[in-house]
Amino acid sequence: MEIVFLAFILMLSIFLGFELINKVPATLHTPLMSGSNAISGITLVGALTSAGAEHSGLATILGTIAVAMATINVIGGYMVTDRMLAMFKKKGGAK
Amino acid sequence: MGIELLVNMSYVAAAVLFIFGLKMLGSPATARKGNLVSALGMFVAVVITLLDQSIIDYKWILAGVVAGGAIGAIVARRVEMTGMPEMVALFNGFGGVASLLVGWAALYGFEANTFEMITIILSILIGGVTFSGSMVAWGKLSERISGKPMVFGGQRVFNILLIVAIIAASAMFTLYPESHLYLYLVIGLALLLGIMLVIPIGGADMPVVISLLNSYSGLAACAAGLAINNIILIVAGALVGASGIILTQIMCKAMNRSLSNVLFSGFSAVSAGGAAAKIEGEAKAMTAEDAYYVLEAAASVVIVPGYGMAVAQAQHVVKELQELLEKNGAEVVYAIHPVAGRMPGHMNVLLAEADVSYDLLLEMDAINPRMETFDVAIVIGANDVVNPAAREMEGSPIYGMPVINVDMARNVFVMKRSMASGFAGIDNPLFFKENTRMLFGDAKEMLGNIIKAFN
Repeated sequence: MEIVFLAFILMLSIFLGFELINKVPATLHTPLMSGSNAISGITLVGALTSAGAEHSGLATILGTIAVAMATINVIGGYMVTDRMLAMFKKKGGAK
Repeated sequence: MGIELLVNMSYVAAAVLFIFGLKMLGSPATARKGNLVSALGMFVAVVITLLDQSIIDYKWILAGVVAGGAIGAIVARRVEMTGMPEMVALFNGFGGVASLLVGWAALYGFEANTFEMITIILSILIGGVTFSGSMVAWGKLSERISGKPMVFGGQRVFNILLIVAIIAASAMFTLYPESHLYLYLVIGLALLLGIMLVIPIGGADMPVVISLLNSYSGLAACAAGLAINNIILIVAGALVGASGIILTQIMCKAMNRSLSNVLFSGFSAVSAGGAAAKIEGEAKAMTAEDAYYVLEAAASVVIVPGYGMAVAQAQHVVKELQELLEKNGAEVVYAIHPVAGRMPGHMNVLLAEADVSYDLLLEMDAINPRMETFDVAIVIGANDVVNPAAREMEGSPIYGMPVINVDMARNVFVMKRSMASGFAGIDNPLFFKENTRMLFGDAKEMLGNIIKAFN
């Protein structure tokens, strides 16, 4: 049952993703990519539990590296997206 | 139970924030806020995870977060807008390797059943391919390795064997989870596959590859979520995976090629067969001063930027020229091809950096019907995306690709470093048209000379 439940969530999320992104204008393609890239850093959540749980030495090491990598992805991704979007301006007439 | 419920409800809240954030990213007016909403979702998910009871030791987490956060912040602040494609590739890679490690570490937490073993292997595989593929893409984009497609004899056979080997190693590992030899084999083969998938792809096809790797990084997170039974990873990963696939589709459509064509056969392979039509004529060069006289009299100008503008860092000079032309009473717009540059939306970001209003950036379908009405079309460092061969020459490898029809404008100025053909290695009949004039030299310098003539 667990598998069916997870498969349902997966399927619905994929369809939702398609619907959400379908009509994004070309102007925003780069920020969309770096912004969604930052979301893929969600794997950080998984890394936190691996790094913090006391399983074995190796799992902790792997988890810690994963935390560092995913944090780069998250912090860097959101910051650079914000920097980019701050530049997108629409001006009425001359400046 | 109490905390577990709280954690899971907070994950629902985080998912809602991600969804709203992505939705708001779809419109220029709300995009910046959308990004913050999505960041808030991430913050909620991370903080609430720290309450999880299985976490007993925080010092390694702190070390990882501080190190990663500092590196991420510094890179995000320092990166040049022209360097955006390689940075996105790099971040993709980091996300991929994190998912690989999460899957790997999950092996030690509990006795995995077969389904869990499969999801763990999937997250290792997708994460590994994302990581090594992104590193190769990063190397190509930052020109640390050659941007040309690397093709060798028997490549296809090699890749098929590689995939068979991966399946075999994965099966063996599922059967004998205690044997680390198979685990290392799976990791090594996944990394090799990532490299093999990206090296045959040329620089001009990079927008497709980046979008695809973006999708993979989401799918890797999704697989890691399945492996450790974490719903927020599944939902967020799937959202990113889907958005990456859509961008990939848009890019492929803009090149009139199927995804498998982009991935498995470089332009070089196609052009060998179809070099039938020969282009004849002579390209006519002109000086910046001559260009000035025409521009000074023009009432409407369309600027078509390409990767050359990024290389020459010419976006600010372009904006200067735009202001001069507008002061002179001309209408100035920009025409952006979906695959201009090295990543989706590359040109838009550069022009936004130069403070060009985004409503002046027109998409190909909006500009083509009124191309005849423009007095001058200025092509800055673009080649294949304005190549009329895509429309006229059936033998051309890019025949059928939608292009910006600059040759229909009354005058066409092409700024180019030399007569060498573009990234795709295809001759461009545009350069030999009656109404085309070539401005040879560095785009930034050329534009500077025209601006000097105005003052």
